[in-house]
Amino acid sequence: MEATIAGQIIDLNNEGYLTDLNQWNKEVAAQIAQEEGIELTDGHWPVLEYLQEQYRNEVPLSIRKVGKSGVVDIKQFYALFPGGPLKKASRIAGIPKPASCI
Amino acid sequence: MKDLVILGAGTAGTMMSNHLAKRLPNDWRIRIVDQRKIHHYQPGYLFIPFGTYKEEDIIKPIQQFIPERAEYIQQSILKVDAEHNRVYLEDSRVLDYDVLIIATGTDIAPEEIDGMMGDHWHKSVFDFYTLDGAVKLHKKLENWKGGHLAVHITEMPIKCPVAPLEFTFLADAYFEQRGIRDKVKISFVTPMDGAFTKPVASAHLGHLLEEKGIEVVPNFNIMSLDGERKVITDYEGKEVSYDLLVTIPTNKGADYVERSGLGDELNFIPTHKGTLQSKAKENIFVIGDATNLPASKAGSVAHFEGEILLENIMRYINGKELLDEFDGHANCFVETGHGKALLIDFNYTHQPVSGTFPIPGVGPLNLLKESRMNHMGKMAFKWIYWNMLITGKHIPFVSSKMNEAGKNFEEANV
Ligand SMILES: Cc1cc2nc3c(=O)[nH]c(=O)nc-3n(C[C@H](O)[C@H](O)[C@H](O)COP(=O)(O)OP(=O)(O)OC[C@H]3O[C@@H](n4cnc5c(N)ncnc54)[C@H](O)[C@@H]3O)c2cc1C
Repeated sequence: MEATIAGQIIDLNNEGYLTDLNQWNKEVAAQIAQEEGIELTDGHWPVLEYLQEQYRNEVPLSIRKVGKSGVVDIKQFYALFPGGPLKKASRIAGIPKPASCI
Repeated sequence: MKDLVILGAGTAGTMMSNHLAKRLPNDWRIRIVDQRKIHHYQPGYLFIPFGTYKEEDIIKPIQQFIPERAEYIQQSILKVDAEHNRVYLEDSRVLDYDVLIIATGTDIAPEEIDGMMGDHWHKSVFDFYTLDGAVKLHKKLENWKGGHLAVHITEMPIKCPVAPLEFTFLADAYFEQRGIRDKVKISFVTPMDGAFTKPVASAHLGHLLEEKGIEVVPNFNIMSLDGERKVITDYEGKEVSYDLLVTIPTNKGADYVERSGLGDELNFIPTHKGTLQSKAKENIFVIGDATNLPASKAGSVAHFEGEILLENIMRYINGKELLDEFDGHANCFVETGHGKALLIDFNYTHQPVSGTFPIPGVGPLNLLKESRMNHMGKMAFKWIYWNMLITGKHIPFVSSKMNEAGKNFEEANV
């Protein structure tokens, strides 16, 4: 489906995740973050960039991986994206929801 | 003489030794290494806590399944020197190879969580992902009078990701049979946002949990366990208390992978997802639970990977381009208790689908629906495992690539 985010038409799946990372930019991220109740700060961007880089390299993501990335530790990751850090951060970063089985 | 070495003689390694014994030219020697003498039918671990299977029902000597052409070496692997194409074993033997297949799977690592190991381990906190854990849990359950049972997943990925849910369903049925279901509270504690996270699966299956009176605690990422207070705490400070905790600890690849510099932070090996070649070196291939692929870690997946890996090894040694074809196909039975099960079929891109399997349009097995036939299928899987899967025989009607006929894909589109 399509939605207008930060004045642009963006393709989303039915859980609200971008289906094309090329449509992502910082304004889009900021608005999605707002929907998740998060105000993006300097601390958030390096995490989002890290997630996007992993996604481009087809590396499956996990909370542990982020915690060992050297970008943030798990506690900081939670502090930045309270609730479900990996799910929320992935949505804001414009990458797919982390995969799981069923 | 050329050398092919297989590390690990579990599901995938044993299967590959059988495939390769039939196909590799005679000037190739095949050697296969495992630390164990005994092959475990791991899907059987699920049934041990409830007394359905005993230890002796699910183990057989490894040697029995290794083809004559291959040499079996029972040793622990210390290190792979990828640069010099060498494997070091614990008894200080060194194996040189031209092609290496890594199939050393994954094992539990409860020590990863603060407080998980301790006096309470296998007393009030159990796993069933090892034979030892499953057998001890059986003894515990036999004498348990009731209380709060929490079934818990530490972190993803884990092998056979549906096993914890199956365990929960079987526990519900087991306590009912023993007439103490009303004395047991059952919770399912998961780091994911629900017991079923894919929309199609939760739409079809979500009702099962409610019907069985199972409470779901989602988004719980465990930070620590307090064995004395019998409480687990997550990173946000949420607590769940238990009388009996059945946990799936962190799953990690083998330690030698780390020592060899071949793994990620959980010792899983970066692997090309279509070809099964390692990212580290062209002559190293990886199969089964040892990979970092975003496919399920399951015996059925290893089976599907096997056909493509065999083809790619043959191509590699003949200097041909590799097939980039593995699609992440997985196929799992899910026990739901009371002699019923359901069957799910999915791959990298498709969600679990409804419809039938394996004969398109005919059945006999219904996907995503509970039935007794599916339970019989699950129990028959043990025979198929020993007699066809690890011996590398073709399983009729089951192809490595997901068959799209007879399945309802419309609703799986996300
Ligand atoms: C409770 C449970 C239920 C399951 N149910 C199902 C199911 O219903 N259907 C399904 O398809 N799958 C199921 N599975 C998953 C399935 O068993 C695994 O995915 C499969 O066995 C993976 O095969 P593998 O060859 O990659 O690893 P394994 O079969 O685990 O083999 C790895 C081998 O490597 C050896 N090894 C490891 N490190 C070393 C070392 N340093 N030196 C020497 N040897 C070493 C080990 O001894 C082992 O024999 C289940 C698993 C569990 C735990």
